[in-house]
Amino acid sequence: MSLVFAGVCSHAPGITGRKHMADPDDRESFYNAFDEMREELEVTKPDALIVVAAEHFANFFMNNMPAYCIGMGDEYEGPIEDPEWLGIARTNVPGNPELSKRIIQRVLQDVDVAYSQEWKFDHGISVPLHFLTPRYDLDIIPVNINCQGPPLTPLHRAWAFGEALRKACDEAPERIAIIGTGGISHWPATPDSGKINEDWDRKFLRQWSACDKEALLGYGDEETWRDGGQGGFEIRTFIAISAATSGRTAKVHYYRPIPIFAVGCTIGIVDLED
Amino acid sequence: MSLYQTQKLLYMLNKNPKLQVTFLADQDSVLKDYKLSDEEIDALKKPDIGLLYVLGVNGQILMHYAAICGFAWPEYIQAMRDGLEEHGNVRNGLYVTTDGKGAI
Repeated sequence: MSLVFAGVCSHAPGITGRKHMADPDDRESFYNAFDEMREELEVTKPDALIVVAAEHFANFFMNNMPAYCIGMGDEYEGPIEDPEWLGIARTNVPGNPELSKRIIQRVLQDVDVAYSQEWKFDHGISVPLHFLTPRYDLDIIPVNINCQGPPLTPLHRAWAFGEALRKACDEAPERIAIIGTGGISHWPATPDSGKINEDWDRKFLRQWSACDKEALLGYGDEETWRDGGQGGFEIRTFIAISAATSGRTAKVHYYRPIPIFAVGCTIGIVDLED
Repeated sequence: MSLYQTQKLLYMLNKNPKLQVTFLADQDSVLKDYKLSDEEIDALKKPDIGLLYVLGVNGQILMHYAAICGFAWPEYIQAMRDGLEEHGNVRNGLYVTTDGKGAI
């Protein structure tokens, strides 16, 4: 089999943790878009969901920071944050170590990747799963791209990583879904929290929707930091999904800057149909 | 090196509830294991979230320490803005502010 579903979504902790502070229309419209993404995901009947995320010092620190890591655990616990703070109850999420191992082994043919049998999900994965697999009954394979602690992997390597993930999925008999989750522009957890560069976001999303490799790989880190903030480095997760679905266009189902969520809230789904 | 040590301490605290209990009961028993400047120790003990931000602690680490210390989200944002007023712009790291005003 290969990929049966691919998409991208936001993951900011305010989406769940500060929902009571949001404008009701902002909150409900975005939650509805997440619900629609879940319905489209469920229709494809995946056996596993790969979540390409950008964690925030929950498992990895600057004492040993992998550019890329794939989980190989039996199960994962999350969220690591205070459940009351995040608005998501702590739970165990099933993994699939055998499938993880096959994927890691295949990815290693092209990209050096770390693996981990221990992984505690932070909001970067827990928020998407809260909406997309709320019963926590789907095997999850967590993937991390370091977008927090420079030096960061170059964008062309994120593309190569996405391509390697696709090759691994193509060789697996399972029905695999994949999502990338990250910001686009945002200045999270800073005094600038809530600042969002909508024009920059919309330009990036047009390029992401068109799977425009040249444009996507044209973002320099200095430009991204200036125009997209510290959180803008998470475009690596979106780019990996484009690489994993190279040649396919995508539709942005939802985009709206929601300052109290500290991000331009996004839902996008790749058109995998012939 | 000292900023690294400060962030390492907060990283360990954030992921270990038992260490949080120990730290809140006896800060010195945890702080002694890290090579910290007097300014960093004072900021951690107080806690002075604004100064920790100005010293360069990554916001993704700092926001959880602020929550542990009882700061609600608006208080955390305000503490960083107060820190900028009192101590000047961020001295190190990625989290140098732009205008510090955000949108909320």
